Amino acid sequence: MDEIGAGFVRAMELILTLDPAVVEITVRSLLIAVASTAIATTIAVPAGGLLHFHNFWGKRAIINIIQTLYSLPTVTVGLLVFLLLSRSGPLGGFGLLFTPGGMVVGQTILIVPIMTGLTIAALSGITDQVRDSAISLGASKRQAIFTIMVEARAAMMAAVLLGFGRALSEVGVAMMIGGNIQGYTRVLTTAIALETSRGDIEFSMALGIILVSISLIVNLLVNRVQGRWWT
Amino acid sequence: MKGKVLQISALALILALLCTAAAAESGAGAGQKERLKISTTTSLYDTGLLEEMEKIFEEMYNVDVHTVSGGTGIAIQYGVRGDVDLILVHDVVRERNFIDEGHGLSRSCFAYNYFIIVGPKDDPAGIAGMKAPEAMKTIMEQGMESPGLVRFVSRGDDSGTHAREKLLWKAAGLDYEEVRSSGRWYVDAGKGMGPTLLMASELAGYTLCDTSTFEAFRGDLALVPLIEEDETLLNVYAAIPVSPAVHPAVNCEMAVKFVNLLVSEVGQDLIAEYGTDTIGKPLFKAARGDCDLIGCSGDECAMPLAEGACSLAAA
Repeated sequence: MDEIGAGFVRAMELILTLDPAVVEITVRSLLIAVASTAIATTIAVPAGGLLHFHNFWGKRAIINIIQTLYSLPTVTVGLLVFLLLSRSGPLGGFGLLFTPGGMVVGQTILIVPIMTGLTIAALSGITDQVRDSAISLGASKRQAIFTIMVEARAAMMAAVLLGFGRALSEVGVAMMIGGNIQGYTRVLTTAIALETSRGDIEFSMALGIILVSISLIVNLLVNRVQGRWWT
Repeated sequence: MKGKVLQISALALILALLCTAAAAESGAGAGQKERLKISTTTSLYDTGLLEEMEKIFEEMYNVDVHTVSGGTGIAIQYGVRGDVDLILVHDVVRERNFIDEGHGLSRSCFAYNYFIIVGPKDDPAGIAGMKAPEAMKTIMEQGMESPGLVRFVSRGDDSGTHAREKLLWKAAGLDYEEVRSSGRWYVDAGKGMGPTLLMASELAGYTLCDTSTFEAFRGDLALVPLIEEDETLLNVYAAIPVSPAVHPAVNCEMAVKFVNLLVSEVGQDLIAEYGTDTIGKPLFKAARGDCDLIGCSGDECAMPLAEGACSLAAA
């Protein structure tokens, strides 16, 4: 118990004094996760829209696959992207392995399925009445789609935030694609793994507390945009 | 029709994503320094020795040293795939294979120390004072007899330490595959050295460890060294630049310069002293002068590489 208590005190010290190493790693984690989420949003929202508004053969199968990929283990994505981006792999020429750019590619692949799936769920949550009344008020099909998207904005925002949370807290892609290089690709999760294996428990705890705090904030935001606050 | 549109737009987006990322990387790199990528075994990294060496190197040349730390298995694998420019490892058999297969330029021994067999203070198997292979055999016999009392915790991760453990079983006249499946006294941890030590400590088991990691963790462990400085436990660290002949994209010139720092007076002095001010004794020994002892031939042992080695290999 002493260890946990002492670790917590030291962790709070590191955070409150804005320890440069802690700040640097936190900022990098946020930047990479924001970049991944931004790119994933530009893929997932249109893809979710296409899948929701159009009917075509195999649609159900695609949605099933997307839902399966929700729980894609991060190390599996890490391994796959590693094999793709490695110099000996098909995309090795881009030189993206062990770079933040490579991590963004991996995290994007990781979170696109869940964001697409949640976009579809968000759009499905808007009843047909909205579409019907839009059309009865003289809206074209395009305008009706726009109306539904606006109505679903809260749920879609939640999808984006959840994608961000997954990108920030995953360790598989960050470790295998980033390589945990100090001052370059070291992020909160990989730093925690390293410092724990090195025996610096307090530093790990400080980073862990930051990670949990950010997750908490993101979660509160999800609730906020969904119109719930404390309930 | 719709499906086609979907497929094409998905492909286009993925391509755009890759190009953006690559552009961002090269854009960031254009006005910036050269990059030297090193994959290293954890013991050199976790002790902080490599960090010190990097600082000196980055002051000498306008370059960013990027170190990826892992077991010897994955460190070599990165080299084979051409993902790093230099590997720092400690498994002579796989090092020679790496070079024979054309992936490595040349092998330079730069440091050594000894593996140690550590275990609980009361030494339930009674191995203190034995030679390493004999001790391993004794642990197995005692472990099979009373598996609750005597345990061996193995790295089980294809690291250099794990490779040495296999060699020790062999030296004891045993077959590794039989050993590992002979009962629950043998714990296959599948972890790095630090976590393996912590596990051995929790289980009151024996394990094979490099001196440097043991010293770094000593305060957290209920384990003591039982067998030290046995010649079968010699642990030699070598640096191998990845050959530009197989992987034209590697930064061979910088890798050679880094090797030459490791084997220089400055590098060897740092290795010989490192740890004195933190734990009171050096964690590594410099390779210079001890070539015969550590089994490295003259030109492998702490000798600088020729500046033209890269272009020669590439041609």
